[in-house]
Amino acid sequence: MAEALLHKTKHMEDLSLHILDIVENSITAGATDIEIEIIEDIQKNLLTIRIKDNGKGMDEDTRKKALDPFYTTKNTRRVGLGLSMLAQAAEEAAGTFTIESALGKGTLITARFAYDHIDRKPIGNMAETIATCLVSTGAEVNLRYYHRKDGNEFVFDTKDIKRELDDVAINTPDIIAVLKGYIEEGLQKINKRSNK
Amino acid sequence: MKKLKIGDLEKIRDKVRRTAVLRQGKSRAKITVHMGTCGIAAGAREILSSLMQDIQKRKLNDVIVTTSGCAGLCSREPMATVEITGKPPVKYVDLTSEKMKKILEQHVIKGNIINEYALAIGSERTH
Repeated sequence: MAEALLHKTKHMEDLSLHILDIVENSITAGATDIEIEIIEDIQKNLLTIRIKDNGKGMDEDTRKKALDPFYTTKNTRRVGLGLSMLAQAAEEAAGTFTIESALGKGTLITARFAYDHIDRKPIGNMAETIATCLVSTGAEVNLRYYHRKDGNEFVFDTKDIKRELDDVAINTPDIIAVLKGYIEEGLQKINKRSNK
Repeated sequence: MKKLKIGDLEKIRDKVRRTAVLRQGKSRAKITVHMGTCGIAAGAREILSSLMQDIQKRKLNDVIVTTSGCAGLCSREPMATVEITGKPPVKYVDLTSEKMKKILEQHVIKGNIINEYALAIGSERTH
């Protein structure tokens, strides 16, 4: 089974899939506030991804072990790969990877990449990742997504959206479709502006 | 398809609210797409995304979609569990978006389990 799993990991093609994977960890850790930050700084040749949550966090021992691909807290599977796969993606693109965590407070994951590195994975489809996160989190979790490319920003915050929605659940298929379109458009705008 | 704007949110909210009142919280089915590392790497995000679109297109207001973690059968991902209210859950394995579409049409809407895609019946938790 491990062989089949390792084979399939080859298909973690872009960074948006890694981000989804980390956010799923945050949800499992009981987070109620999750922040995703992507900063594309082309002048500094740096791509930074941060995922912060207020979940149950990890003690020092667990934090150290988290980068071991064969470590997992799950009892359904013997192999844990999520964090170590993102760490590897960063290393392959001359980057760095850090985990800061405190038990009972939360976790901050930071992955940095050399922007123009030939082995740097593309960012991928963030609209689809956020839409999937919204299905996973349901109504109780607040999700904030901040994306900056050079000087151009896009911000998506479920706190604002939930206020608009009032008593209607954010994970209703009709609502998800609107939000996904909104994110796609917002990201297209910041890409266009910075390519000028 | 015309892209929806965030300004449409209010309109859609009111529409959703009306249908929500009609169904009075009674759901016909719950579909859980497994979204662990193994599922994501095998294509679960795309399957969830097309499933959400199909549900929206067919206006299936009484179908709940959710996700879960790894179920311990990483080599059979992508997987999804379908629970028709009052019936035992069915776990489907080695999914593609096309298979998921068929499962929605045959199992969720018409009530016929697709045995060919199913792993086991009645053994699944969807926490």
